[in-house]
Amino acid sequence: MKPFDEMLVTDDTVRDPYARFYQWFKEQDVAALGEKAGEAEAFFRRTGITFNVYGEEEAAERLIPFDLVPRIMAKAEWDRLAEGIEQRVIALNAFLDDLYHDQEIIKAGKVPERLIAGNEAFLEEMRGLRPPGGVYTHIIGTDIVRVGENEFYVLEDNARTPSGVSYMIENRETMMQMFPELFSQNRVRPVETYPHHLRRSLANVAPPACEGTPTIAVLTPGIYNSAYFEHAFLADQMGVELIEGSDVAEIDGRIQMRTTEGYKPIDVIYRRVDDAFLDPKVFNPDSMLGIPGIMDVYRNGGITIANAPGTGIADDKAIYSYMPEIVEFYTGKPAILENVPTWRCAEDDSLKYVLEHLGELVVKEVHGSGGYGMLVGPTATKDEQELFAAKLKKNPANYIAQPTLALSTVPILVDGGLAPRHVDLRPFVLVSDKVRIIPGGLTRVALKEGSLVVNSSQGGGTKDTWVLRD
Amino acid sequence: MALLGRTANGLFWMFRYIERAENTARLLDAGQRIALTNLSAEPEEWQSVLVSAGVETAYKAKYDDFEPENIIHFMLCDRDNPSSVRCSFETARTNGRMVRTALSRELWEVVNESWMTIQRRLSSRITASELPTAIDLVKRQAALIRGTFYSTMLRNEIFDFCNLGAFIERADNTARILDVKYWLLLPEHSQVGSALDDFQWRSVLRSVAAHRSYAWEYDGEYRAVNIIDFMMLNRRMPRSLGYCYRVIKDSLDYLDRNYEVHQPCHQIATEMNERLAGLTVRQIIDNGLHEFLEQFIMDNNRLAQEIGWNYRFYPDR
Repeated sequence: MKPFDEMLVTDDTVRDPYARFYQWFKEQDVAALGEKAGEAEAFFRRTGITFNVYGEEEAAERLIPFDLVPRIMAKAEWDRLAEGIEQRVIALNAFLDDLYHDQEIIKAGKVPERLIAGNEAFLEEMRGLRPPGGVYTHIIGTDIVRVGENEFYVLEDNARTPSGVSYMIENRETMMQMFPELFSQNRVRPVETYPHHLRRSLANVAPPACEGTPTIAVLTPGIYNSAYFEHAFLADQMGVELIEGSDVAEIDGRIQMRTTEGYKPIDVIYRRVDDAFLDPKVFNPDSMLGIPGIMDVYRNGGITIANAPGTGIADDKAIYSYMPEIVEFYTGKPAILENVPTWRCAEDDSLKYVLEHLGELVVKEVHGSGGYGMLVGPTATKDEQELFAAKLKKNPANYIAQPTLALSTVPILVDGGLAPRHVDLRPFVLVSDKVRIIPGGLTRVALKEGSLVVNSSQGGGTKDTWVLRD
Repeated sequence: MALLGRTANGLFWMFRYIERAENTARLLDAGQRIALTNLSAEPEEWQSVLVSAGVETAYKAKYDDFEPENIIHFMLCDRDNPSSVRCSFETARTNGRMVRTALSRELWEVVNESWMTIQRRLSSRITASELPTAIDLVKRQAALIRGTFYSTMLRNEIFDFCNLGAFIERADNTARILDVKYWLLLPEHSQVGSALDDFQWRSVLRSVAAHRSYAWEYDGEYRAVNIIDFMMLNRRMPRSLGYCYRVIKDSLDYLDRNYEVHQPCHQIATEMNERLAGLTVRQIIDNGLHEFLEQFIMDNNRLAQEIGWNYRFYPDR
């Protein structure tokens, strides 16, 4: 079956949102555009918009390839998505609050207790703890795929520490520099306000101990982390400190940073360090990245941690398949956005089905990320399938399976002109006193013809994503 | 906005390493000139280049000879030598990346681009005939960074910490160059008018980029006392110890005023600055040039350490 092409209806009829862009494109010289693409790459290299690849010599810094054909969404398409995302993040926060308090949803029999109690992502330390402002997951990157005109699925909720927002902003910056005329012809909603909204959101959830204007800091694992560029970028754009664990200490019940003038308290930490490394006194004792004692300070209202520890339980792949029930339970309404149909291999009937249909399915590890440890049935060899089947039988509860989705395509620029490639979408959502969704997001694109893997660590690229005003 | 101690440390070292890279290149330039004169005992000349750069021990651990090609490679390109030009740019850039939120966008981009350029150029051995263009490239990249720094950075404490790193490193380098050649500048050694001495002196001046400006200041005649005066006490000469200490003291003055605290490092710098201002060349020579320089290098290091403590460069846990 031919996947849904977001730009073309037929070979020379384009969908409405692309009309002006396509007109413009036809007037361009393809070779000159190719040169522009080279310029964009040099620009990224110079500004250091790179990510580190683990396991390569000296943590080599790589570029995420940027394709200059924008992905364009009409107002109506976006509004419906935004409504669905808002409903979903409200449910996620309510779910987290419930899990760490009364667990009504388990009592109601909607989510099995075993998925929570035995789950590493569920933190006992968070039980009974209500974060400042009642917000657990402040920053969310909802991964969405499209398979038809009006068919969108949520692939993942990314409620821990989603990354990629810096590319959303830099991609737009690059496009505006290279093709300013496109932005006078099209009414594109801005995304560069994100750091401003992020700062406001974080300031909104300051802890009780905060006096005056909240002091905010971004906590990074350091320059060798794959997303270091983004951490520095966000701190810079927000005008807040970029700190590492060694810059701060717990002093007098507050988390304080070592400045040239002595120690100064921090009120809100936007941490880009995983739960396990956050507090060596409570979690992984070997962590050099965290802040000893921060959990005690947190419990006593001395600091806000965004996102809160323990939010990973909400975007766990084992929980994912229950999201429709979760959304309905907390919002009282059916979920606006659908889940991808999912087989839980922990259940015998499902496992049987999955093993019989390996060639058609995508099988993922429950705790995996970044496209590793998964099997893409239709492109796997018989041997690979058999190897995976063995792993699956050994530990079925570690896996879920989903049908191979015919992801929608958007054209990319190739030597001869345009060629369709599969894409997904990660819009970014901020939660504090209200939910703010930045119109746009990060479109990831599989650059290889026919490939469905959009991850940047495996040959994916990115595109600027436009949401039109009208 | 408060400045993190770690950030101040990163700024300080970023500029120390840029300065070090440039000085290393200038030392090689001077060494090459002497070698081309065919007048000197060449191996000693190259050896003194290694000593001036403070990398003799590391070099000897790797090589048994003083082959110019090996020395050039070691000081320019070798990744085993943390003070090689290539490594210095790498360390400067790593520090820059760590503190990029404190840098202007232009400055960060120039540091990053210079690093890429230098890595590309110095990734393979440089032959003697390629040396002049390679040295030129290093000097240009350093000048580009410095120019961008002066023209785009806010004059605040960030600027002061960068300057402190640059001038502490520069003072150290000038003192080392002088110390290695001090015997040449003592009255009992200098044969006025000898061709070798002329070349030697010019090479010392060349290594601090001052062979022409010396002529403007002292009417062209090479005299030991004038060269010492120029490199140590002359406040118009941007690589002299006196000039470096004026900038260092000014920077610490600004920091004291900015933070409204009187720090111990300020006291040390003030004393060193006054010592340099109150001395004549004659007094320095009479009390021992080598002794003076040795003490100066130690005091300069102590000041760098004190700055690190006073401004909390490192965690105290």
